[in-house]
Amino acid sequence: MEIFKRKTKIQFLSHRKLALGISALLLAAGIASLIMRGLNFGIDFSGGTLVEVGYQDAVEIESVRSTLLQGGFPDAVVQHFGTARDVLIRLPGAASGEIDSAAQLSERLIGLLRAPFGEQLAGEDNVAGLQQCVSGGAAVSDCRVQMRRVEFVGPQVGDELANQGGLAMLYALIGILIYVTFRFEWRFAVGSVIALAHDVLITVGIFSLFQFEFSLPVLAAVLAVIGYSLNDTIVVYDRIRENFRKMRKRSAIDIINGSINQTLPRTVLTSLTTMIVVLTLLIFGGEVIRGFSIALLAGVIIGTYSSIFVASPVVLALGINREAMIPVKKEGEDAVAERV
Amino acid sequence: MLNQTAWWKYSLIALVLAVGGFYALPNVFGNDPGVQVRGARGLGIGAGALGQVEAALAEASIDIKAITRDPDGIKIRFNDIESQLQAREVIERELGDGYTTALTLLSGAPAWLTDSGANPMYLGLDLRGGVHFLLEVDMDSAIARAHERYTADLKRVLREGALRYRRVRPNPDGEIEITLRDAGQLEQVSDLIERRLPELDVRADGQRAGVLLAGVNDDRIDEIKAFALEQNMTALRNRIDQLGVAEPVVQRQGDQRLVIQLPGVQDTARAKRILGRAATLEMRLVDEEHNAEALQSGLAPGGARFYRFRDNRRILLFNRVIYSGENIIDAAASLDTQTGSPVVSITLDAAGARINQRVTGENIGNRMAVVYLETTSQIKRDDDGNTVRDAQGRPLRESRKIEEVLTAPVIRDQLGKRFQIEGLDSVTEARDLALMLRAGALAAPVEIVEERTVGPSLGRANISQGFTSVMAGFLLVLAFMLVYYRVFGITATIALTLNLALMVAVLSFFQATLTLPGVAGIVLTVGMAVDANVLIFERIREEIRNGNSPQASIHLGYDRALSTIVDANITTLIAAIVLFNFGTGPIKGFAVTLSIGILTSMFTAIMVTRVLINWYYGGKAVRRLSI
Repeated sequence: MEIFKRKTKIQFLSHRKLALGISALLLAAGIASLIMRGLNFGIDFSGGTLVEVGYQDAVEIESVRSTLLQGGFPDAVVQHFGTARDVLIRLPGAASGEIDSAAQLSERLIGLLRAPFGEQLAGEDNVAGLQQCVSGGAAVSDCRVQMRRVEFVGPQVGDELANQGGLAMLYALIGILIYVTFRFEWRFAVGSVIALAHDVLITVGIFSLFQFEFSLPVLAAVLAVIGYSLNDTIVVYDRIRENFRKMRKRSAIDIINGSINQTLPRTVLTSLTTMIVVLTLLIFGGEVIRGFSIALLAGVIIGTYSSIFVASPVVLALGINREAMIPVKKEGEDAVAERV
Repeated sequence: MLNQTAWWKYSLIALVLAVGGFYALPNVFGNDPGVQVRGARGLGIGAGALGQVEAALAEASIDIKAITRDPDGIKIRFNDIESQLQAREVIERELGDGYTTALTLLSGAPAWLTDSGANPMYLGLDLRGGVHFLLEVDMDSAIARAHERYTADLKRVLREGALRYRRVRPNPDGEIEITLRDAGQLEQVSDLIERRLPELDVRADGQRAGVLLAGVNDDRIDEIKAFALEQNMTALRNRIDQLGVAEPVVQRQGDQRLVIQLPGVQDTARAKRILGRAATLEMRLVDEEHNAEALQSGLAPGGARFYRFRDNRRILLFNRVIYSGENIIDAAASLDTQTGSPVVSITLDAAGARINQRVTGENIGNRMAVVYLETTSQIKRDDDGNTVRDAQGRPLRESRKIEEVLTAPVIRDQLGKRFQIEGLDSVTEARDLALMLRAGALAAPVEIVEERTVGPSLGRANISQGFTSVMAGFLLVLAFMLVYYRVFGITATIALTLNLALMVAVLSFFQATLTLPGVAGIVLTVGMAVDANVLIFERIREEIRNGNSPQASIHLGYDRALSTIVDANITTLIAAIVLFNFGTGPIKGFAVTLSIGILTSMFTAIMVTRVLINWYYGGKAVRRLSI
C-alpha cells in the first residue's frame, strides 16, 4: 500500500501567510486565555488534598456532597471520575501540613463516606485484593467504599514543582538550541525553538481554554511533545540541508518546498502511528492519565503542523542560503584555495 | 556485493537477543502470595531462623512453594492466600520479637533466574498500590536543640573555669548570649570558650559591656543538619519495621527531605501515626529531698521543676538530663525470671552506660524518671482559626512541646550498660514502653509535604489499563506497518516486537521503577519507534522512484536515513534527559522508559531490520522490492 504514489508538489510556502494567520490566531487565543483564565492547576502545583473513592454501586454526586457538607467539608469539590461509581473529591488549598492532621483529613473523609454503610476499615492489610471492612457485626468483607488513591501536596512542594517545571521547559529548549546550532546552523536552531515554543504555548493554551486540569503528567506530556515535534522538524531540516548542498541552482523557497514534499509521506505516516498509540492511551489508559493523553494528542497534531508551516518558513524568513549549509571544514579548504 | 551482512552483526544481534531474552524472561512468571521475614532494626537474619521457619511451617502443615534466604531476609512463596495468612501467624509466633514479618507478592520466577540477578520489572506504587511520603525535616528545630545543648555546655565550661556569669541563654537571633558578672573577664572567657568549644564563634556585644555573643559556626551547622537527617532516617526505618511492610524504601532527597515508600500499605493513617511520632526520651533524677514538700506548697525549688504523669500526678524532677533516648540501643519487654512480673530490659551505648553507672551509684534508693518528650510542629493559627503568615506569605509554624513522665522507678542498685525497669502494671504497658524506648528518637520533627497513596484496586486497574494500552497500540501499529510496507513491514514488526522485549529487559536489568506514566512512555515509544523504519522505507521508495536499482535503493535508503534518525532521536533524548532530571516519582518513570525506548529502537529499527532485509534480498538479483 502506498498513500503517496507520486511525488507531491504542494507549494507549502506559498501558504505561509495563511499559516502565519492561523498560528497567530491560535497563539493569541491561547495567550489571552492564559492571561485571563490562567491554568486549572491540579494539586501537584496548587497544593491540596485529593481523594478518589470507588463505590460498589453507582452513587449520586449530590448525596456524597451533602454527606461531606454535614461532616464539615463545605469546601470539598466532588465529581464523578470516569464512571458513576468512582468519585473524586478535592479539598482546596493545603489544609495543613502537619503530619497528624494531614493523615486525619483523608482518614476522616473516607470514614465519613463509609459511615452511611455502617462499615469501618478492618486493621488487616490485604496486599493483593480490595480493602477489607467490618460492618455491624464482626463479619469482614470487601469495603463498599474503596479508597482508590489519596494525594496530598503541601504548598511548598507545589510551588517548587511549578518552578522546576518551568525551568525544565527552559532547559530543554536551551539544550535543543545548542544541539541544533552545533549540528546544523543557528537559523535552524532558532527556527526549531520558535516552532517548539509555538507548540508548547498552543498546547498549554488549549488546557487553559478548556480549563482541563494541568497536572504533573500533563507537564511531562508537554515535554514529550517538545521531543516529538522537534523530531519532526529535524527530519525536514535534515532534508533541507541535504538539498541545499545538492541543488546549487535552485532558489531557497524551491528547495524548502521540495524538502517538505519529499519528507511529507514520512511526516504523515509517523504522525499517524503516533496518533494511533496516543488514541489507544486515551481510550484504554484510564482516567488517571486522560489529561496526559489529551496533551499528547493536541501536541502531536500541532507539532506536525508546526514542523511544516512554522519551522520551515522561519528559516526562510531568517534568510537561509546555500553558503550557510557548507560544512565548516570546506570553508577552511576554500580559504586555502583563495590564497593560492 | 551490496547488502551483505558482516558476521559480527549477526553475532552482536544474537548476543543482544540472548542477554535481553534472559533478563526479560522473569516477567512472564506471575506473582505468588508470599511472606517476607526480615531482622528488625536492620539486623541480619541467620540460617538458624530459616530452619526454624521451615520446621514451624511443616509442623503447621502449610504447603510451601519455595523458600529462599538472601541479604534482605527470608522469602517464602505459597500456593494460595489462605496459607500465606496462616503462615504469617505461625512465623510471628515462632520467631517473636526481633523480626518483622510482612505479607507481600513475590515473583514466581524460578530460582536459577533470580539467583543470576534476573528479576521482574520493579513496579512503582501507582501500579502495585501503597503509600509514598515526602517528609521535610524541621532543621530550625534541630538547630534550636543544638543551641540548648551549647547553652548547657557553656554554663558547665564557665563553672569549671571558675568564671562567674549572670546569665547564659539563646537569643532570638540564633546566638547564645553570655552575660558575665565581671566585665573585666571578657577576654579570659572568650579565650576559654574558643579553646573548649571551638565550634562556637565568640564576639563581644558592641552595645552592652560584659556581654558575649556565641554563634555556632557554619561547618557545625551543616554537620547538625546532616546528622539530623541521618538520625531521622534511622529512626524512621526502625519505626517502619514495626509496620511489617515488605520492601520499604527510605531515602534522602536533597538536604532536608526524606522519601518513604511503603508498598502494599492500605491503612495509611496508622502508618502516619507511627511515622509522625516525633518523640524522644530523657532520664531525670527525682528531687527526693524537696519532692513531698514542694508538692504541698506547689512551689518548685531552684534547679528542679514539676512534671506530670499521664494521670496528671505531679513529680519534682531535677532540670539536669542524665541521658536521653539517643543513648538507648535496645529495649525489650519480658517477664522477670524470679518474680514473673513484667519488666523492660534496656541496653545503653557506651556513653550512656558510663553516665548511668556514675549517677545511679550516687543515687541508690532515689527514683529515676523516664520523661517522654514530643515536639509537634504545626501551622500557627490566630484566635479565629486563620493561618498566620509571614511577610512573604508563607505560613508561620509553631512548636508545641508535650512532656510526660512515663515511669519513675526506684534505683535499687548501681546500674551499667544493661538494666531493667520494674514495677510495671501489665505486660501491655511493658511492651508499649519498650516500643517507645526502642523506636529511637527523631533528631528533629518532620512534616509530610507530599503524600500519594494508591489503593490496591486502583493499582490493579492501572496495570490492566496500561497493559491493554500497550497491547492495543502495539497491535494496531504492527497491522499498519504490515499492510503499508509488506515484506519490509514484516521486518519492522519483528523489530518492534524485539524492541518491546528489549525495553522490558533493560527495565528489569536496572530495576528501574515502572510507573503508570512509564507505561504511557512505552506506548508512546511503540508509536515513535517505527519512525526510524518509516524514514528508511520511505527513503528506499524515493530512491526507487529516482531510478535506482532495488539493491542500490536499499543500500542508499539505509545510508541516507541514518543521520536523520540519529539527529531526530538525540534531540528527543535531550528532552527526555531534562525530564528525568526534573522529574519526581512517576514523571521520572516516563522519562526512563522514553529514553530506553529511543535507544533500543535505534538498535532494532536500524540494525535488526537491515539484517533481515539483507537476508531476504541480499546477494541475489532482485527485480522488484515488496515495499
